[in-house]
Amino acid sequence: MISLAGRDVVHAWGKFVFTGVGLGLLIGVTLTMAGVYRGMVDDARVLLNNSSADLWVVQKDTLGPYAEASSLNDDVYRSILGMEGVARAANVTYLTMQVRQRSRDVRAMVVGIVSGEPGAPANLIAGRQITRNHYEAVADVASGFKLGQLIRIRRNDYHVVGLTRRMVSSGGDPMIFIPLKDAQEAQFLKDNDAIINQRNRTSINPAFNQQSVLDAVLDSQTSNPYVNAVLVQIRPGYSAEQVAQPIRQWKRLQIYTRVQMEQILVAKLIATSSRQIAMFLVILAIVSAAIVAFIIYTLTMGKIREIAVLKLIGTRNRTIASMIMQQAVGLGVIGFFVGKVAATLWAPLFPKYVLLLPGDAVRGLMITAVICVLASMLAIRAALRVDPAEAIGG
Amino acid sequence: MQSKGIQIENMRKRYGAGDTAVDALKGVNMQVNPGEVVGLIGPSGSGKSTLLKCLGAVIEPSAGSMTLGGEIIYQDGWIINDLRALRRDKIGFVFQAPYLIPFLDVTDNVALLPMLAGYSNRESRQRAVELLEALDVGHRASAMPSQLSGGEQQRVSIARALVNRPPVILADEPTAPLDSERALAVIRILNQMAGQFDTAIIVVTHDEKIIPTFKRIYHIRDGVTHEEVGEARPIN
Repeated sequence: MISLAGRDVVHAWGKFVFTGVGLGLLIGVTLTMAGVYRGMVDDARVLLNNSSADLWVVQKDTLGPYAEASSLNDDVYRSILGMEGVARAANVTYLTMQVRQRSRDVRAMVVGIVSGEPGAPANLIAGRQITRNHYEAVADVASGFKLGQLIRIRRNDYHVVGLTRRMVSSGGDPMIFIPLKDAQEAQFLKDNDAIINQRNRTSINPAFNQQSVLDAVLDSQTSNPYVNAVLVQIRPGYSAEQVAQPIRQWKRLQIYTRVQMEQILVAKLIATSSRQIAMFLVILAIVSAAIVAFIIYTLTMGKIREIAVLKLIGTRNRTIASMIMQQAVGLGVIGFFVGKVAATLWAPLFPKYVLLLPGDAVRGLMITAVICVLASMLAIRAALRVDPAEAIGG
Repeated sequence: MQSKGIQIENMRKRYGAGDTAVDALKGVNMQVNPGEVVGLIGPSGSGKSTLLKCLGAVIEPSAGSMTLGGEIIYQDGWIINDLRALRRDKIGFVFQAPYLIPFLDVTDNVALLPMLAGYSNRESRQRAVELLEALDVGHRASAMPSQLSGGEQQRVSIARALVNRPPVILADEPTAPLDSERALAVIRILNQMAGQFDTAIIVVTHDEKIIPTFKRIYHIRDGVTHEEVGEARPIN
């Protein structure tokens, strides 16, 4: 038996291809939306991977440095280093801010690190690691900064000495690593007028009316002994929970394992965004189904006389239904491949990372096929209701 | 003994019920023998289309009997369950417009019927090509319907009607869109095919040009047929 659907598609290929391309662009948007979600999850994982930590020690009753503000004294890491099972521990600060390069502003996550310790960028694609205590930076290539450029963070200029790739915050902002001390200063640095005003207010306060006390207070007001977290690497043979438990108990600090931190990032930090994307995907799926249904219904209605003739000359209902369903699925397959190619081509142009997974593509193909089959039901119902008598005049 | 070809006795068809009931056929009798071509003529609303639909097993008559190819298929109700297969195997249709399937080439338009009847693609196409040759459109076998002239399309539709060797062909105004010359050519082909394949052919027509070419004509008026037998004019 010849394929009626195939012959019809070949006969009216232009109509099918152009309709398929239109549908494909819609499917491309759907696949891209899924890719945006995957990219967000991947960004979160990359953030954790790049920190090369096994445990995150943060302020008590907070969710850690990525989800909410956390402040620890910068000497806490010393006592953590003394705990059993801890191999390395290092302070780290995170601050999302605008970084200037000449007249250009880049939104970036500025990370204060101790070079060579957990939190520092593991792999560079160009240049070198930070070796000086001040005014050197390693930037992610997504920031657009180049080696040797001067960038301005708050009131200080930094030399870009190294470049990394895929070092981004959970929000997708490129990371810029600077020495910890500089980052601590940058976090709480006030403008000059504010500093002068605060000094004046403090000096006229009778409680500080003694030079040594006043100097100490002023000094404390202009320095920042806080960090956002301590990143911990554990010794081989110890489990994360085994090391975390005594720190939690004796230091009265919040401590998260990698699994817990991933849970915070994926389930809490990007939960609203992922629900937003899921809603968008559902709407796109419904719109795609409606478009396929409308197209197939219109194509079928254009063939009513032929369908009546086919029924009159003895064609079975299932042959006619199969023809319509095959055309709907064919349209979906054309649309899917156009969408896949379109999504692959335009994904790199997006400002945030879009991760197109083969598994999502396979799922997308199956969902497209199911949607097309369901969407063809309306046209099949209409075709099966065609009276073969319509082929006979009068 | 039941005749081959088609025979109907006292066929009635009522649409609706009660006060709004309309009797479209009020006891139609007709017999067309194998190899014979008869005309069925009548004014609009006379019941031609209803009769054609009943003969084509598209609608169910209300009463009467119908014998097709020597087999009783209707006796105050369908005796055969699978009307779709009946139409496919025992009845050929030629329409006013050829109604060829636009996305199939000429050969497959004809071969589709034997394929639907379960013949292999090869055998179906072979039968189609033979018929197309016989109808003088063999040279257009691979063309698409849109590439054919009106006369060629009508010959292909005749080939489609004949390909399963049905005992009866119902032709609904087959010459309406054609000029005199082509119209007469179609009637000549139908006569030729009726003789060659031993098929009974009923031609519903208004076409004054071809009415004289029938030896037997059934006039239908107000749901009743009257037979007229005369001398058929030879077709040049």
